[in-house]
Amino acid sequence: MQAERALENPNGRWHRLSEWAERMAGNVFIWPAVLVVLFLSIFPLIISLYLSLSRFKFVKGGFEIKFVGLANYAKLLFGSERTHFLGLLATPSPLGWLVLAVVAAFLLRSLVRYARRETRSLGGLVGRILSAAILSFGVWLLVCTLSKGGRPGTLVVTLIYVFVGIIVQYLLGLGLAVLTTQQLPGRRFFRVVFLLPMMITPVGVAYVFRMLTDTDKGPFRPIWQAMGLGLFSWVNDPWGARAAVMIGDIWQWTPFMFIVLLAALEGQSVELIEAALVDGANRWQIFWSITLPQILPVSTTLILIRMIEAFKIVDLPNVLTNGGPGTATESLTLQAYISWRSLDLGGSAAIAYLLLLMVTFIGMAYVNLIRSRVAEGG
Amino acid sequence: MYRKLFAALVAFSLLVVLAGCPVPQVVEKEVVRTVEVVKEVPVEKEVIKEVVVTPTPLAKPFEGVEVNILTFTGPQIAEPLQRRGPDFTALTGAKINVIIVPFSDLYQKILTDLATGTNAFDGFVFAPQWMVDYIVPGYLEDLTDRVANDPAIEWEDIAPFFRDFSATYEGRIYTIPLDGDFHMGYYRTDLIDTPPKTWDEYLALAAQFHGQDLNGDGDPDYGSCISKKRGAQAYWFITSIASAFIQSQGTSQGAFFDTETMKPLYNNEAFAKALEIYNETTKYGPPDELNLDVGDTRSLFTSGRCALSLDWGDIGTLAIDPTISVVQDKTGAFILPGATEVLDRATGKLVPCDETTCPYAIDGVNHAPFAAYGGWSGGINAAADPIVKDAAYAFFSYMCQPAQSNVDVTIGKTGFNPYRTSQFLNRQQWVEAGMSPEAAANYLGAIEDSLNSPNMVLDLRIPQNQRYQQVVLDTAVSQFLAGEITLEQCMQQIYDGWEEITEELGRAEQLAAYRGTLGVKK
Repeated sequence: MQAERALENPNGRWHRLSEWAERMAGNVFIWPAVLVVLFLSIFPLIISLYLSLSRFKFVKGGFEIKFVGLANYAKLLFGSERTHFLGLLATPSPLGWLVLAVVAAFLLRSLVRYARRETRSLGGLVGRILSAAILSFGVWLLVCTLSKGGRPGTLVVTLIYVFVGIIVQYLLGLGLAVLTTQQLPGRRFFRVVFLLPMMITPVGVAYVFRMLTDTDKGPFRPIWQAMGLGLFSWVNDPWGARAAVMIGDIWQWTPFMFIVLLAALEGQSVELIEAALVDGANRWQIFWSITLPQILPVSTTLILIRMIEAFKIVDLPNVLTNGGPGTATESLTLQAYISWRSLDLGGSAAIAYLLLLMVTFIGMAYVNLIRSRVAEGG
Repeated sequence: MYRKLFAALVAFSLLVVLAGCPVPQVVEKEVVRTVEVVKEVPVEKEVIKEVVVTPTPLAKPFEGVEVNILTFTGPQIAEPLQRRGPDFTALTGAKINVIIVPFSDLYQKILTDLATGTNAFDGFVFAPQWMVDYIVPGYLEDLTDRVANDPAIEWEDIAPFFRDFSATYEGRIYTIPLDGDFHMGYYRTDLIDTPPKTWDEYLALAAQFHGQDLNGDGDPDYGSCISKKRGAQAYWFITSIASAFIQSQGTSQGAFFDTETMKPLYNNEAFAKALEIYNETTKYGPPDELNLDVGDTRSLFTSGRCALSLDWGDIGTLAIDPTISVVQDKTGAFILPGATEVLDRATGKLVPCDETTCPYAIDGVNHAPFAAYGGWSGGINAAADPIVKDAAYAFFSYMCQPAQSNVDVTIGKTGFNPYRTSQFLNRQQWVEAGMSPEAAANYLGAIEDSLNSPNMVLDLRIPQNQRYQQVVLDTAVSQFLAGEITLEQCMQQIYDGWEEITEELGRAEQLAAYRGTLGVKK
């Protein structure tokens, strides 16, 4: 009876309890999920951050993790691993200086323009200065390591894999998608065939390309012999080996671009195209002025997803060339893996963290500078 | 009505229950009873009874025991373990599971399994030079007493070098040798009359035969085949070349570090010369030599595509296998080529060989055969169950015993090379395996020459030697071969990398360990 009375009374204890339970219900339901995310995602990040600031050592009866501050990062950026990670820096050629000057001028112009805007903010200015500094460093690194006498480290090699790979994959994927939207015989068959490389495990792709690039025993051996190149192997050359890795990566991931762009092309508005045809527009004009703007939002998202994924390339260079010749084809992830394999867990975690920072920075810059403009334009 | 229905249901249920019960059956049993009959009989003469005892089969000592052994992805090394595992099971009951990982993962896989207490593996077949990193923390079982109480292993028959270097640490035995390893040179006896004595001669012969058709298939072949793949088993070869230029005063001089300062000996004219030679051999090798592991160069040699090669003892036995070899009785082995100039450690310059600088020179040539790797050996996880440890030891002992070992070392695909004195002395087994007496004498002679050399170079066995060699040395040399860095940059990179590790682990401790290993008996 008392309980019933308490419930009837809005100021009663049971009523307050009920209200409290109502308020807390959301938290109660969401906390398990939050804990799972924390446990599986955030805690490992924190632990690996600590690992990157320490040195792992086996001692009697177990192991010891000794805090060493930023020593692992210093080793990569200034110490014995600098040439491996950043590369060998050479004096830029005149062309290199020109590229540096153009990029610096462009960045400076952007900063000045922002500083003159009425809507500027201190945070925005600091962020842009930081971005410009990192971008300048990246271009400087590219120019210096790719100049004569220089050698790209794993950082630059990874950037080359990502940007060259994505540009080629996008262009090929778009071309194939446009082709298969045409009323050509066998287009359904080719839609399936073009998807096959994406279905194969990356290790399988690597082995296929390892066989294909073997000029001594591979299927192209007769062609090489006929060309008088029987005693030459293109994967013995650093740039030849990097090209082999990129060709394998492009072969595998072009289908991903293809299938998404195909869906975008098939989903575009037909009325606009028909109107353009009536107005006498040719195919190129239709593609450039109508089709491309319509698929641009999808394209930018596609490139972002692929870019984040491409930074983590490891299987192809590991199986195809084992990171060689030398360290020519080693990506950041492969370097981290090799360091981990050598029980340099701190160094491995430091590489992984630098990769994380780079991917985050490039991803955010891409979203802020390009994708938002495309969205605004759309 | 309901009562009748209820009664019927009860009756039906009882019937069902009874039907489910086992039906008693009449079983006829033959009962045999032993009846003791006591009957006193007057004894007139003593009768000697002959009692015939038919022994019942003894229970297998390790019935139900499983032993997990970790080694590297073969087929060599893993092959004999896998092949002889079932035989051992039939004898003892213990089941042998051989787990394989790539060579580049083996060191850390063993260490992490032991250090983290995972203990997924009971035994390991690994490089004995790594044992220091497993023994000091107490991960490996001390096998000294077991070996002392195991006459079947015939311990004294194992050549002293392998007993000491591959099995013993600070006077205690921790591993059982299953293999004996030395780097040697191989040449085609049908093409080359006299094997090269110096590295210059090696290069000259390689240049002479490079591009010629050596196996009659119409395609140009190679003057020299040396595995140079990074992250594989190739990083010992540069030391095989450098040794003759760096070490000339006997084994205790060492070829890796200065024995006074622990400074690396890989940044001077001697190592520069070795790098130049190593790089030049690439000109006379297969086009993708930088991506070839030892398995690849072995198959190239046995398919008749190479005039010269460097390898452990494996090519010698693979060459006699008619299923894979076209160079049977066309394969000769020789001690690693030497140098006529050696390092003056005070100046870092090369000086000509004379009686002082090269006291062990033969005809003015300083040979320094490199005991690369030492030979695959089996160690036991100290944390395994006692019965499993017994079974693991019994298996390694079984593999090492002459009955098995003497056969395995003559089979190329095992990857096992001779390491018992009897295997060197008894050449009949080699002839039975398919070698001609001349080939057997040549092959075993080359190993014996290396083993008996007073200037033999011992492999590195100080703490974390894997980091010095498999990480720093391997990376720098492979970058140099790929043209990514210059010769000077390569030497500096090795020097800096080795110094960094030495500083990290403690110079005094590393120096003491290095000096200790150079006192290894031979």
